[in-house]
Amino acid sequence: MPSQKSFTFHTELRLVALTGVKALGVSDLRSALQKLPGSSVFYHTHQEYLAHNFEKPIYYNDFAVWVHEALREEALAEKLAAIDLLGFTSIRELRAALVSTIDDYLPAMRRPGFECHPDDAFHFCKSKSFILPTGVVACDVPEFFTKLPHVSIASLYFHFFEARLRLRWRTNDFSRWIKDRGRPDLADAIDRLDPYVRTLDELRDAIVALADTPEPQA
Amino acid sequence: MSASLADYRAIVGPEIIDELKVAADQIKHRRLQHINSTLVGGGVAELLDRMVPLFRELGVETSWDVIKGEATFFEVTKAFHNALHGGTETITEAMLETYRETTAQNLQSVAITGDVVVVHDPQPAGLIEQRGDDRRWIWRCHIDVSTPDPKVWGFLKSYVDRYDSSVFSMPEFSQQLQIPQFMITPSIDPLSDKNRELPQETIERTLEQYGLDPERPILTQISRFDRLKDPVGVIKAYRLVKRRHDCQLVLAGGAADDDPEGAEVLKEVNEAADGDADIHVVALPPHSDIEINALVRGSTIVLQKSIKEGFGLTVTEALWKRKAVIAGAVGGIKLQILNGITGFLVHSSEGAANRAIELLGDPELRQRLGTNGYLHAKENFLTTRHIRDYLLMILALEEPSKDMRYLVGLP
Repeated sequence: MPSQKSFTFHTELRLVALTGVKALGVSDLRSALQKLPGSSVFYHTHQEYLAHNFEKPIYYNDFAVWVHEALREEALAEKLAAIDLLGFTSIRELRAALVSTIDDYLPAMRRPGFECHPDDAFHFCKSKSFILPTGVVACDVPEFFTKLPHVSIASLYFHFFEARLRLRWRTNDFSRWIKDRGRPDLADAIDRLDPYVRTLDELRDAIVALADTPEPQA
Repeated sequence: MSASLADYRAIVGPEIIDELKVAADQIKHRRLQHINSTLVGGGVAELLDRMVPLFRELGVETSWDVIKGEATFFEVTKAFHNALHGGTETITEAMLETYRETTAQNLQSVAITGDVVVVHDPQPAGLIEQRGDDRRWIWRCHIDVSTPDPKVWGFLKSYVDRYDSSVFSMPEFSQQLQIPQFMITPSIDPLSDKNRELPQETIERTLEQYGLDPERPILTQISRFDRLKDPVGVIKAYRLVKRRHDCQLVLAGGAADDDPEGAEVLKEVNEAADGDADIHVVALPPHSDIEINALVRGSTIVLQKSIKEGFGLTVTEALWKRKAVIAGAVGGIKLQILNGITGFLVHSSEGAANRAIELLGDPELRQRLGTNGYLHAKENFLTTRHIRDYLLMILALEEPSKDMRYLVGLP
């Protein structure tokens, strides 16, 4: 019997905090990744999805962008960017993957001690998130799909990214709720969408496109 | 007269205003007090002038106080300012003593009434001497302290570390401090006289008033007469452009009460202009916001060739007006000008001239940069986003250990 509970779309307001920690080279980056709070690792692997981009960024992962632009270690940049964020359900695991990617690369580095110009240093930030209801509520699955196109990307960011990694739900909020409403097929289809390979606008479009998926026959 | 929240709704959308109301509702029990060093002139005074009424309209009791000081004090703090920007200044013990003495006088005269006290920039930073345990103190740094003079920063840090938190405009400005640091970029008010839409007649009349020919390209830099804004470098760039395009240059700016160097720099600029009839050096009196607005709107290209910059709100103002902007790749300008997308970043007079020549020959490029710049400013650098960040920071200080907090919606 599906739950009668409605779905309340929430949105997220974000305040950026500064750590005062910076990196000039790969060893600084590795060292900071090990000691900085998880909110910093989360911020630098996710914040670009929330930014309005006039062009698609070369990478969504800030560490990869910096390694590419300031250190010119293209292979390391590619390896950092290729870390599959969907493969993790905790920031601890993600942090370990970032560090081990650097460790695996270090022996092959031609200039392991290279430091960028101070103007190009990587400055570690983190964020504090404030979650609030948007006032948009869906009482059933069809209404959910009717309302979704009008929801902001900040709302998608919260229900997809924050829910999985910071709240450790292992899936996104939409799939959890839709599954409870008796549509595990739709829940699984949404869960299979990789949010990390598209913009949040594209993700929303991809979810909306699932609206007419026929219900499987019992 | 200040605009109301309802007026912003049409610009930023109803969701943004509703979010502000939700955030403000959580801190209505707290009084907010801003303290800075000047009521008129300069970016901070302008920001507060626009933001304080909006905080009040959101139901947050907000006051604004200004410290007082003799000319010698402001000469000292100007030297501090230059040294914090990485300039070479000789800071003597007597200067530090002047700062301490003026701070002591202001400790007597400025009543601390806020539950949350936001102190802007180095001039009033010493007021932290007054702190008790029952208030939250925030030091808001508007200047570029990425490479500060160690002596001045060390002196200032002894005050800053006693605050509850600090705020910087860019990650590059953050410091090793014992207190939390937040990043909040400044903002412009889209409804102020300096930024609101103007009738075409007003623009034309203003150009005529300043002897400008609307038929020929106009390059404009709006800035205080300050060496860090490099007005002489702008004249050099103009002369390079002039070889290729018959253009005009406007260097216009006002003065701030806390900037004693302005008259000296203005003299240097007039000397560099050397009687060129197409260089218009305009020392604007206070309350010239509509003239500034019209000058920017009537310009072909806006320059901000700063050597150091806290944030560069004149850049934001030009982006908001859909202008093609060429600006120094320093400080907060780098957050605003996405090179080649919302404008051009340059490092020299020659670089500025090359980009100006390119833009004067390509109206479509000017239009594309202008449109992108407008969108970038709208999304990131308007008053409503700035107020939201302040509200969130106050909330963050209530529960510093939490990275995520749920806010209750309005009924």
